[in-house]
Parts: sequence; C-alpha cells; structure tokens
Amino acid sequence: MSKEPVAVVGIGQTKHVAARRDVSIAGLVREAARRALDDAELTWADVDAVVIGKAPDFFEGVMMPELYLADALGAVGKPMLRVHTAGSVGGSTALVAAGLVAARVHGTVLTLAFEKQSESNAMWGLSLPVPFQQPLLAGAGGFFAPHVRAYMRRSGAPDTVGSLVAYKDRRNALKNPYAHLHEHDITLEKVQASPMLWDPIRYSETCPSSDGACAMVLTDRAGAARAPRPPAWMLGGAMRSEPTLFAGKDAVSPQAGKDCAADVYRQAGIGDPRRDIDAVEMYVPFSWYEPMWLENLGFADEGEGWKLTEAGVTELDGDLPVNMSGGVLSTNPIGASGMIRFAEAALQVRGQAGEHQVERARRVLGHAYGGGSQFFSMWLVGARPPES
Amino acid sequence: MTREETPGVRDIAIVAFAQTDVLRTTDELSEVEMLMPVLHSVLDRTGLKTADIGFTCSGSSDYLAGRAFSFTLALDGVGAWPPISESHVEMDGAWALYEAWTKLLTGDADTALVYSYGKSSPGSLRDVLTRQLDPYYVAPLWPDSVALAALQAQALIDAGEADESALATIGTRSRRVATLNSHAQLRGTVPQGDYAVRPLRTGDCPPVGDGAAAVILAAGERARELCSRPAWIRGIDHRIEAHSLGVRDLTDSPSTRLAAERAGVFERPVDTAELHAPFSAQEIVLRKALRLDDSVRVNLSGGALAANPMMAAGLIRMGEAAARIHRGESDRALAHATSGPCLQQNLVAVLEGDAR
Repeated sequence: MSKEPVAVVGIGQTKHVAARRDVSIAGLVREAARRALDDAELTWADVDAVVIGKAPDFFEGVMMPELYLADALGAVGKPMLRVHTAGSVGGSTALVAAGLVAARVHGTVLTLAFEKQSESNAMWGLSLPVPFQQPLLAGAGGFFAPHVRAYMRRSGAPDTVGSLVAYKDRRNALKNPYAHLHEHDITLEKVQASPMLWDPIRYSETCPSSDGACAMVLTDRAGAARAPRPPAWMLGGAMRSEPTLFAGKDAVSPQAGKDCAADVYRQAGIGDPRRDIDAVEMYVPFSWYEPMWLENLGFADEGEGWKLTEAGVTELDGDLPVNMSGGVLSTNPIGASGMIRFAEAALQVRGQAGEHQVERARRVLGHAYGGGSQFFSMWLVGARPPES
Repeated sequence: MTREETPGVRDIAIVAFAQTDVLRTTDELSEVEMLMPVLHSVLDRTGLKTADIGFTCSGSSDYLAGRAFSFTLALDGVGAWPPISESHVEMDGAWALYEAWTKLLTGDADTALVYSYGKSSPGSLRDVLTRQLDPYYVAPLWPDSVALAALQAQALIDAGEADESALATIGTRSRRVATLNSHAQLRGTVPQGDYAVRPLRTGDCPPVGDGAAAVILAAGERARELCSRPAWIRGIDHRIEAHSLGVRDLTDSPSTRLAAERAGVFERPVDTAELHAPFSAQEIVLRKALRLDDSVRVNLSGGALAANPMMAAGLIRMGEAAARIHRGESDRALAHATSGPCLQQNLVAVLEGDAR
C-alpha cells in the first residue's frame, strides 16, 4: 500500500545556551514552534496535531510535561502525543509525527523536542539509585568510555582521532548561530590539553548541557505544494531497539544501529551510502563516536572509520561532511539533540543552512541514538520528493 | 479519524489482550517481572513470537518508577534480540496503541505488540501526580489528584447534575460488577467510606494499584488468521484541553466529545462502553459527552473504580472492550482512556466485530 510522502516545510530552533533564565519551559518551546511556523508561513490554526518529545521527565522535574505545555503549543482541541525513547527521542518524535502524515491521519503536524536542563541537574536525574541494579553514578561519560576504549583497541586507531573530531565540530559550531558553544579561540592544542574526564574522553571531547528546543512542521504533498520555501522530503526513516546489556551485545557497533541504517537505505534506494549520501548529522556526544558511527552506519568498513576522520573527509569542506552544525558536541539539550540532527539534515537539503551549508547537499542523513547505545532512530531527507 | 473517511486504508484490529491482576503492592516484583507473564500470555494467544512482531510500542511513566529511563529495562523483558522496530510514549498505553495503529496504517508493519505498566505502590501516588501540574504556579502548592477531582465533583453537584448519592451509586455498581473480573483490585461490597476530600468519599476514588497490560494489533487478513473474531478499530482519535483548571468547564469534556465525533462514535449506537473514569463524578461527565444512555452497558469490567493501574488503565479499557468482541459479547464497543488532571486529555476508539 502507498504512503503519503512527508515534507519538512518549517524548521525552528532556539539559540541554545547553558541556561535560559529569561523564559519558562513553555516560553522556550513556544519560541522554537513559532519559528518553525514562521518558516512555513503557517499559523497555529494550520496545525492538525502536535507530537512532542523530550528525554527523562526528571531532567526538569515535571511529570508528563505535555499536559502543561498543551496551551503553549496551540494544542488545545487537537491530538497531542508525547514520545520518550531516551537520547534518540528527538529523532523518534519526528518519525512518529511523520508517521501521522504518511498514514494520512493528519495533513500537517507540528513536532517539537526540548530540554531545559538548567531547571534541574541531569547528572542527578541519571543517577537515582535503583535497588539491585548496577549504579550509573558517573553519568553518561562513565558508561561510554569503556566502549570507546574497546573501539580503539579493536580498530588500532591512534589516540589523536577524538581530538580531531572535537576540534572540527567546535569550529563548525562557530558558523551556526544557534549552537551553544561558540569557542572563538579553539585550537587543536587546547582540545588535547583539556582535562581527562573519563579516560580516554577529555573535557573538550564531551557535549555541554544546554537549554533548547527544536521544532519542525511536517506536511503532505498538498501542504508541500503550498510551502513558501523548498521542502525537504523524507526518503526513509526507521527506529530499532535492542536490550541494554546482554552477553551478545556489541557495544562498539550495535546491531540495532546497523539494522536501522539498512532499513532507511532500503526505503531510500541507497546502494552505497558513502557514494549516495552527501552529508551526515550524527549523534556524537563524545568525540570518538564519529568514527564509531561512520562504521556502524556503513560509511566505512569495520575498523576504518577513524581513517576518514583523520583524512579530513568529515570536515565541512570534506567529501562526506559530518556534523556541519557543530553537532551534539557543541549543543546538547538532550531531548532535542536528536531532532536537531534531523532538522539540520533537512536544512541542508533545503539549502538553508547558512554559513554551514554544504554545497550540493541533495541527500543528507539525520541520526540519533539513546540509552546504552540501544535505541536508534534515523531519517534520510532529500531535495527531491521520493519516486513512486 | 474514522476508517470511512479515507477509502482504501487498511483494516486494523485488536486480536489479543492480556492483563495482570491489579494489586495494592507488588514489592516482590520488578516491573519487568510484572510485565513478562503478560507479554508471554498475549503472544501465546496468537502463537506469535517477539521476532514475528512488526512493531512494538509501550507506555509508562518514569515518575512512578522513581527513576529516569525506567522503560529501557522493561524492553529487556520483551526480548528485543535480534533488534526490533520499537517506540515508547510517556503516556498511558492507550496512546502507545494509537501510535502502533498509525504505524500499521502506513503499511510498514502488519502486526504490533503494545504494552504498558505502572507500579504506584513504591511512592505516594497523590503526591507524585502533583508533579504533572504547571511547574511554576501550581505544582509548588502540591494540590493532589483527589483534591482536584473533588473540585470537579463539586462543580458537577453545584450545576445540579449529580449529588453525593448519585456518585455513590457509581462506585457501588462498579465494584459489584467487578466481582466477575478476577483481575480487579476492589470487588464486591466496598463501604462508601469517609470523605477523602469533600464531596468525594473513598468509595468515589480509585484504588491505588500496580498492574500491566498488553494487546496485539494486526492488519487485514493477518488479523483474521490470528483471531476468530477480531475487534476492528473503526475509528480512534484523541484530543487535549487546556491545562489550567480555571479555564475549563469541569462539568463537561469537550475533548472527549470531539474525539468521539472524529472516531465515529455517534454514527451508530454502541452496545458496550469501557470508560476510563478514575473518579465517580467523571463517569457522569463522560457519559454526557459520549451521549451514552441506559441501553449501553458501561464498564462491565468494573472500570477504574475497581482497578486503576497508572499508565495501563486506559489500555485495559481498549483490551476489555476488544475481549468482549472476541468472545461475541459485543458487536460495537466504545473504549476510552484519559490522562492528566480532571480529564484533561481523552482518547476514544470504536471497535467492531464482524457481522454475525
């Protein structure tokens, strides 16, 4: 059976910062939503449904905040869905919203993801003690560092690769007015001299904690025809999950990530991702995840991802730019981080990424992951509508 | 949205349902341990295995578990290996069912497993639910869920639409019919009790309990293969209202009415309704919004006044209505779920069995 093609016709995000003390949670999300609607030249009345996502409710201390946010997002009298799939939630939220359009349940859907981490303490939110379970008191970095070590050992990558990624992403962020970290005096030496937090992950190779929101307006073929600016078309989208911990899990390159990418490529008719995809916004909260995900997503053979990074392939002017926006390493409102990847991919194919625009970006992948590398969501967007 | 609105769309049905007994405390069980028998049971009813399922979606709330990412461990109980296509809503499982329904509509999957669970016993539910409220102006005052429901009940009484004895009748009837529901928590003769918060007595309030539920959805011919009498989802829709109680008419539920219209409830009479009305006065509000008269059998399961496991109670309404169709006890049933204080958000589905 045929699905309705899904187009991104509006994108909005806030200027991400450590603390937005000038707005409430409602004010923050409304700002991003308003910008997405303005981009699409639509009003609140044009929206048929709202799909909202964020990471754990404990991060702001509000249980099921969609109830409180219904008014701020113009959802009163409309359907409102709340998605939560850990760190991948921003991507999953966009996919659930896209599903409503693809299924022809709704014509135009507003989707939004946010985190206002300054309202609480993310480390605390992640570290509540649970009886009879291994505590994760070191936050996310403590969980992921051993997997980075495993990657280095397995691939033989030199220990300089992580700092190259961080240096690149932080420089890219300087071209993105919405990015949180604007380190104008960044140098490779500064990254390499930054304190070691969770060996081998240094301070400058980790993501910040941000307040921010990202919104998109998704619509059907008819809506796209009315759009004032070029739409980005969804060519494929998928989610995959696997258990957190079990003996057979490959924490370096999880099967769920491979399967998710393969599903997206199948839908989009991508034979060779390295050749057929022009740029990637991937979820890299710790710098070493760039080479790791390059392999997991099929852009490099196993053990070879770091060579692309080292050769400059993933630079903004490289052959396969990665994280043109500055990525999660420069901006991390956790619940929104996945949607920002999806939105930045759409900005690129619409030719509206400003100073961090990649020339000839026709097909761009947006990627998100969450939990203990167990939840994956991805979409591939293109400048042209899907065939058939 | 109703099926009739868009010709050519797939027929999707609930083909299996399972639930736990709802208990006041389940100290000896983790959420995964509570959930796994239900997952096995619902799969057994269809002969499907996890690997056969096209899409999985769950509903739960971290605030009940008292920790972030609590649903990730529940996923381990599903057996998500090899990796599965999966999603989660931080809502009642009825909304997970809605997401799964849209997934099947796109044709990306032919079957879906939907589950939800909630353990209220580790905390004080009345306190926990205050954290749902506007975090700046209302939540700091800690108005609890019973107090807010009492405002709604008093508004109904002030409007002349109910009195305390009418409310008591609803609680009594719910627990009487629940004697036939082995999963229910409060069954038989339960005293109306003292005032919890005026005008609500304990008998007007739901029991606090732990429980889980699961359903399987299937599309078209697959549904007929898996179930002798599938409960076809003829329409399903959900709507939300303003959050602030001060801007809502608490004696009415316009979101329920709108969702019902969009789901096609009013096109033909239903014979059965499963309403998610945790407080007695809310049943009166919902009956009015849904135009249910005495010819409709309402909450034969006992409803939320007999068992109200958070995040599962709405999905259980879907499952109870579907199971009645599976058993040939209903031909056209309405199922309803609610979320938020004083019926802020409501979901309505119409389920039908094949003509006999």
